[in-house]
Amino acid sequence: MTTTAPASEWQQAAYIAGQAADGRVNIEIETEGMSLNIGPQHPATHGTLRIVVRLDGEQVVWAEPVCGYMHRGYEKLLEVRTYPQVNTLVNRIDWMSSFANEVPFILAAEQLMGVEAPERAQWIRTIFFEMSRIANLTLFLGDMGVQLGALTPVFYAFRDREHVLNLIESATGGRFHPNYDRVGGLKEDLPKGWVDECKGVMRRVRDFCDQMEDLLVGNEIFQTRTRGIGVITPAVALSYGLSGANLRASGVDWDLRRDEDSPLAWKHTEFKVWTHPDGDSFARYWVRLQEVRESASIIDQLLDGIPAGPIMAKVPRIIKVPAGEAWCHTENPLGEMGYYVISQGGLGPFRCKVRTASFNNISILPWLLRGVYVPDVITILASLYFILGDIDR
Amino acid sequence: MSSTPEDPTTAEPAAPEAATEGQPTVEAAPEPAPEPEPVDEVREAMVSSLREVLGADVVSHHIADGDVIVRVAPTAWRQAGQVAHDLLHMDYFCFLSGIDWMPAPAMGGKAVWDPAGVDGAEDTVEEGVAAEAENGTWVTGAAGGDTRFQVFARLYSTTRHIGITLKADLDEGSPAVATWTDLYRGADWHERETWEMFGFQFDGHPGLRHMYLPTEFEGHPLRKDFPMLAREVKPWPGLVDKEPMPGEGDEAETEEAVSS
Amino acid sequence: MLGLELAYWQQALIKVGAVMTVIPLGALILGYVFLLKMMSHMQSRLGPMEAGPHGTLQLLADAGKFLQKEDIFPARSDRTVFALAPVVVMVSTFLLYLVIPAGPRLIVEDLDTGVFFALAVGSLSVIGVLMAGWASASKYSLLGALRAAGQLIAYELPLVLAVVGVVVQAGTLSLQGIVHAQADGEMFGFGGIGNPYVITQFVGFLLFMVASQAELTQTPFDMPVAESELVAGYMTEYTGFRFLFFFMAEFGSAFALSAIAATLFLGGWYLPGVNGDLADYLGPLVLGGKIMFVAFLIFWFRFTYPRFREDQLQTFAWKYLIPLSLMNIVATGILKVVF
Repeated sequence: MTTTAPASEWQQAAYIAGQAADGRVNIEIETEGMSLNIGPQHPATHGTLRIVVRLDGEQVVWAEPVCGYMHRGYEKLLEVRTYPQVNTLVNRIDWMSSFANEVPFILAAEQLMGVEAPERAQWIRTIFFEMSRIANLTLFLGDMGVQLGALTPVFYAFRDREHVLNLIESATGGRFHPNYDRVGGLKEDLPKGWVDECKGVMRRVRDFCDQMEDLLVGNEIFQTRTRGIGVITPAVALSYGLSGANLRASGVDWDLRRDEDSPLAWKHTEFKVWTHPDGDSFARYWVRLQEVRESASIIDQLLDGIPAGPIMAKVPRIIKVPAGEAWCHTENPLGEMGYYVISQGGLGPFRCKVRTASFNNISILPWLLRGVYVPDVITILASLYFILGDIDR
Repeated sequence: MSSTPEDPTTAEPAAPEAATEGQPTVEAAPEPAPEPEPVDEVREAMVSSLREVLGADVVSHHIADGDVIVRVAPTAWRQAGQVAHDLLHMDYFCFLSGIDWMPAPAMGGKAVWDPAGVDGAEDTVEEGVAAEAENGTWVTGAAGGDTRFQVFARLYSTTRHIGITLKADLDEGSPAVATWTDLYRGADWHERETWEMFGFQFDGHPGLRHMYLPTEFEGHPLRKDFPMLAREVKPWPGLVDKEPMPGEGDEAETEEAVSS
Repeated sequence: MLGLELAYWQQALIKVGAVMTVIPLGALILGYVFLLKMMSHMQSRLGPMEAGPHGTLQLLADAGKFLQKEDIFPARSDRTVFALAPVVVMVSTFLLYLVIPAGPRLIVEDLDTGVFFALAVGSLSVIGVLMAGWASASKYSLLGALRAAGQLIAYELPLVLAVVGVVVQAGTLSLQGIVHAQADGEMFGFGGIGNPYVITQFVGFLLFMVASQAELTQTPFDMPVAESELVAGYMTEYTGFRFLFFFMAEFGSAFALSAIAATLFLGGWYLPGVNGDLADYLGPLVLGGKIMFVAFLIFWFRFTYPRFREDQLQTFAWKYLIPLSLMNIVATGILKVVF
């Protein structure tokens, strides 16, 4: 502790002026760099993510995301829930595509029980899975525009998403958290007229994709802002565990719908897996745009051929899963989501590890953000596309 | 990937009816041998590759239902990851986490998954769990396990479309194992989270610090002896609060309450 | 003007009153038509509908709301500077209106160096922005202010140089003179609609529009106020009536710059065939219509395009716009002498 009196403001100003007058000192002053908190309240982070960056002017020198503002303790919670209760909770991990969160867990439980859901249920599950993908990714398509400054596309996204959400609500009762899947099948069958309405909505979704392509993809400013920004090489992406469109945009041709044998109905459809060689933000946007189109096409193919039959297999009223371990993963809209369910024969899982895509997707940020300008940080965050519930569980 | 004993794929022909009920058993026709279980060659080959390099460090393995789980000695954890990366072409890092095999202590008088008292439940959880919890050995899952704590990780090969789960037992007093951070960069965050939730040390990790919880947090939440406060207050399955509709139900009570 | 002999102080009062009325009025009209309604309809939604018929009184309600808010100073802010910054920006906007002609005799002050005055005074707002960012004692505000300073200064040059072409063609710096030059001029011998400089100075018009988009910090040049990055840039810490000042200054400047653009390029208050006293009455309406057109262009761009990054913005200004505007001046000069 110094005992001299602190210099008065005038003295400080005189000192600085003296220093400034001495040009030599100016050049050699080492400035520390400004430390900035992006978040946790911030329009650009999709929720309460905090990224601490150290800036040198407008360039990031060091970045670290701080997670946990939304940590709900899922893995501990799931240990004290029955399987149907887990299903409800698990909806809320990635809330933009809730149905897609239920599916891998239900599949894991069914695998342990040796129960096979009837064909009709598997087809409808696939349809809802793809619809949740559309609901999730259409928001992304509009939201990336907002992060870059184009305020209009996001309204079109919300408008056209409403139709998808209405469809989900009409069948399940919930727009965001359908809670529709059950061990052994689905909660109930589709309402009358749903299939025709769905076809109409898919047409709208395709029109929306065309609109986004016109508005954003072809826009010179959008291209200047996203091409070459945030390039991720395939090897680094795999090492970090990036998945989903982020990985495919780096050129890795891997899609769990096509490459894994799943009881769901993807094997009855034909769809293309889109990849892009560049690995930059534009590639990630473009890949997701094409994925929405493919989802609409998948749903169209499935709608025509839903097999008739029961919607639920014969399962006991109280679900008790025999002892065992099962890992089940699916190609969720955000990436690869999986559940490692360890059961010891009780009413609920003994341990359930939830592997979420955004956790790995965000872990690349310290590596990716170095040397990047502040506006590009926003672009990269927008293009990586995470949901806080998925990161923080 | 379930560890239940597999049924033979073909049904055995029914034994002759005569061979029952105390009569001297007649030599029935030799039953046809059950068909051998289909061998998952690809996965067996993976395990063999691991065994070739690691030798005795591959403690046990379990192959079932399209997946393979290999348990390695904790000293060979890093090497196992290396072998998986180099020889098995596991280029994709899926996740890394921990398992605590201790059954959750009884909460509010009932084990958390003990369904006794729930309508329609038939029998309770395997007795083995309760018994073995008493004498200190844990019921562990696929590929076994000798200790309370296990670290497990999943890797995947995007070229061969096949995955592997690696497990390792950890010492209960001071669970520690080598880090995978220089092998798979994604392990960095996963190991931080596992340290935070279980207390496992990862030797060589650049900086084990809290992932989700505030810095001053004490304890490791995902350990089974870390109490779940909600369940302390309200034991599972929870109290059934059923209030009567206003107007019906216990009018007598309200009259009493008013008059008293 | 109306045949009255007014003392100087009475004239001054009327002029001040006129300016003080027009600015909020202009800001309100622009804000309502373009920000509230045009933006909403472009985004397939209705916009405010409650306050007044079709939400016409929404901005008044907003003004009332802002006025009754608590006057907050950030803890470590420099109070004097913090309070003065919006005033500086407002004053710079006010001063712009002094030289805009709304009719042959409807001008607050017909300065001989009208254009020069307008451009000089318009660049005062940069000081206000810097003051706001610095005094807010917040890193986000500082970032926004520094970006704003760089951007506004960079785009002053294309703005000024674009206007030089018009001045060369008109031969006078006075805005009233430029309107008359357009009114009395002819295009290739055809004098029916005068000589709006938007046709001969097309390049200049484009440059001016782009530069004024940047001067108003509208997307695609709204880095200083990048909503999704810096929350509100240099305006983040401002609430209540101080924010109202910034808001009014922004739309007031949009109104003023559109008016200058309309005057310089579209002919101002001139309507072909209208002369004499009638021009005094129709002039404001005609000018108003032209302002709405220009403002429509400005806001249409704002809602459609994403924003430039700061270095791309600067590259655009220094490497493309300024050389282009210099070439425009040279071409104008040559053509002026030749024809």
